[in-house]
Amino acid sequence: MNPLTVHDGLVAPVDRANVDTDAIIPKQFLKSIKRSGFGPNLFDAWRYANEGEPGMDCGKRPLREDFVLNQPRYKGASILLARRNFGCGSSREHAPWALEDFGFRVLIAPSYADIFFNNCFKNGLLPVVLTEADVDALFQMTASSPGFRLTVDLPAQMVRGRAPDGTVFERTFEVDAFRKHCLINGLDDIGLTLQKADKIKAYEARRLAEKPWLGTDLHKALA
Amino acid sequence: MPTLYDKLWEEHVVDRQEDGTCLIYIDRHLVHEVTSPQAFEGLELAGRPLWRNSANLAVVDHNVPTTDRSKGIADPVSRLQVETLDANAKTWGLKYFNITDKRQGIVHVIGPEQGATLPGMTVVCGDSHTSTHGAFACLAFGIGTSEVEHVLATQCLLMKKAKNLLVRVDGTLGAGVTAKDIVLAVIGAIGTAGGTGYAIEFAGSAIRGLSMEGRMTVCNMAIEAGARAGMVAFDATTESYVRGKPLAPTGTAWEQAFAYWKTLHSDPDAVFDRVVEIRAETIAPQVTWGTSPEMVVPVGARVPDPSAEPDAARREGMTRALDYMGLKANTPMSEIYIDKVFIGSCTNSRIEDLRAAAAVVKGRKKAESVKLALVVPGSGLVKAQAEAEGLDKVFREAGFEWREPGCSMCLAMNADRLEPGERCASTSNRNFEGRQGAGGRTHLVSPAMAAAAGVTGHFIDVRQLSSS
Repeated sequence: MNPLTVHDGLVAPVDRANVDTDAIIPKQFLKSIKRSGFGPNLFDAWRYANEGEPGMDCGKRPLREDFVLNQPRYKGASILLARRNFGCGSSREHAPWALEDFGFRVLIAPSYADIFFNNCFKNGLLPVVLTEADVDALFQMTASSPGFRLTVDLPAQMVRGRAPDGTVFERTFEVDAFRKHCLINGLDDIGLTLQKADKIKAYEARRLAEKPWLGTDLHKALA
Repeated sequence: MPTLYDKLWEEHVVDRQEDGTCLIYIDRHLVHEVTSPQAFEGLELAGRPLWRNSANLAVVDHNVPTTDRSKGIADPVSRLQVETLDANAKTWGLKYFNITDKRQGIVHVIGPEQGATLPGMTVVCGDSHTSTHGAFACLAFGIGTSEVEHVLATQCLLMKKAKNLLVRVDGTLGAGVTAKDIVLAVIGAIGTAGGTGYAIEFAGSAIRGLSMEGRMTVCNMAIEAGARAGMVAFDATTESYVRGKPLAPTGTAWEQAFAYWKTLHSDPDAVFDRVVEIRAETIAPQVTWGTSPEMVVPVGARVPDPSAEPDAARREGMTRALDYMGLKANTPMSEIYIDKVFIGSCTNSRIEDLRAAAAVVKGRKKAESVKLALVVPGSGLVKAQAEAEGLDKVFREAGFEWREPGCSMCLAMNADRLEPGERCASTSNRNFEGRQGAGGRTHLVSPAMAAAAGVTGHFIDVRQLSSS
């Protein structure tokens, strides 16, 4: 996982509430057995004028000019500004994979769906939560100021930017200490958990002794 | 005093960090072909072994064709994904129901059916509808692929405890009103983010009165209310369902398990962070009109009018949804005509669902305007049971298609799908844009309501149909 510390980037707005993971990456692309290459199909149905299928050359597909990520001013954006309940629906980790593969490193929204929120941290993607009012203000700044950028400082838990009128936008945000630690250091949490293998083994041995029905051999019982 | 969720959580804590993050032990891991390939690849690349083989049960469901399977899978991309699970199950030695196994079916149907889901377990799967298994007083929730890999490698997950939400439905459901209508009404009341950050316990006399199939339908859609986990306390209904299942304990082990399972309920003075109460008598058959499960009304109502919505963001969302759905505000729901019917999915493909649909269809014919009415049983065992009861004949005689088990048109990863602009009465769980096929328009309903729409061609209160 790529570490994330202080990130400065161009902001792109997706101004809809309840953006679901089917919209972020439609199901036909979930047939891939790889972890990478989902970026060209991010928001596929909103981004392209024709129906996407795996294997298509997306560079040759007709674009929906009105979709925000197709507008030249947002080319190269790495911070996605979104509305409440972003990432609702399925558990597909292909959604954060697609966002990350497209080039996003930070998301800013008033709220996220739980599974999506969790999946982001596993992929070097930071979902920042700000209030509805602050997110509103950022939507306005982004709209009125082409090239609007923000600096997201994870160690300091701070979002900073400058509005078109020169006023400084500066807000702190909350993040779990453990998730922050993993993201800043790009840590693989399986490795961290395996450092506790002895504790897991002891728990498991006790559990299977106390509740032997949990240890049934599936191959024998479902032969 | 603890809630059911508190008890299940505490029971599974292996380790607790200073910031409250806990290492939680996972008893059962269900695996399917879509969200597992990258996890197995990750294990292999890191040279890590599988932690505990017998915790895992694998099945193919999302990509499988529901028509004649002797020809294999036509789509090469789908076929590769299924073959990848075939290979991974072999390499890692997992118990696996492949496409030819008579027990194959939707992961959330086969788990309970085999007794792979037992009360008191933590159950996870790389699929958001894993909440289904909470019907057995389990802590069950969906995970992403990184977490699938984490479970395969460590038998644990790192997580923080959620808050407690009690949804209490007391009273008696009216005739023709089902578990699906309860959960759609709950989502309509609290919204698709209403349960975010919570584990939901469904309780009250109307929930206790449901069969296990009904409870699974309710818990299945907890995720549509934003909650990763939904659950129902253990009782005699749970007991009688579990008894005799292939993986259920027997003899003294049963007695020992049963003594523990009886403790799986919230204590009488348990404190919840939030409580939502709904009277069962107030729930009518529900139909969604928009592109989010919270966009739902009773069948007797009209399509809502965005201009009556005071909140600007909601108004805009409603307008966009009506545009996508091709609907006009204030249209009576009963005047919405459909092109297709889908009876199936992990929400509503169990024997009770098929019986309810067949009871409506019996002696009637599919409306001529309906191009296709699909009935897709949840598993090979459900299919066999339905056929033993003659339900397949009822459907076929009415012009409905009787198919092989799988996820099918719930998310259209196989060949079953809506064409652009087609409108569907569906017993599935999500009416998102494009969910059942690009440009497809989904209305979520109960099996009885889907059957009623199939025979009349439009939405109709199933209670009127039964009495006619």
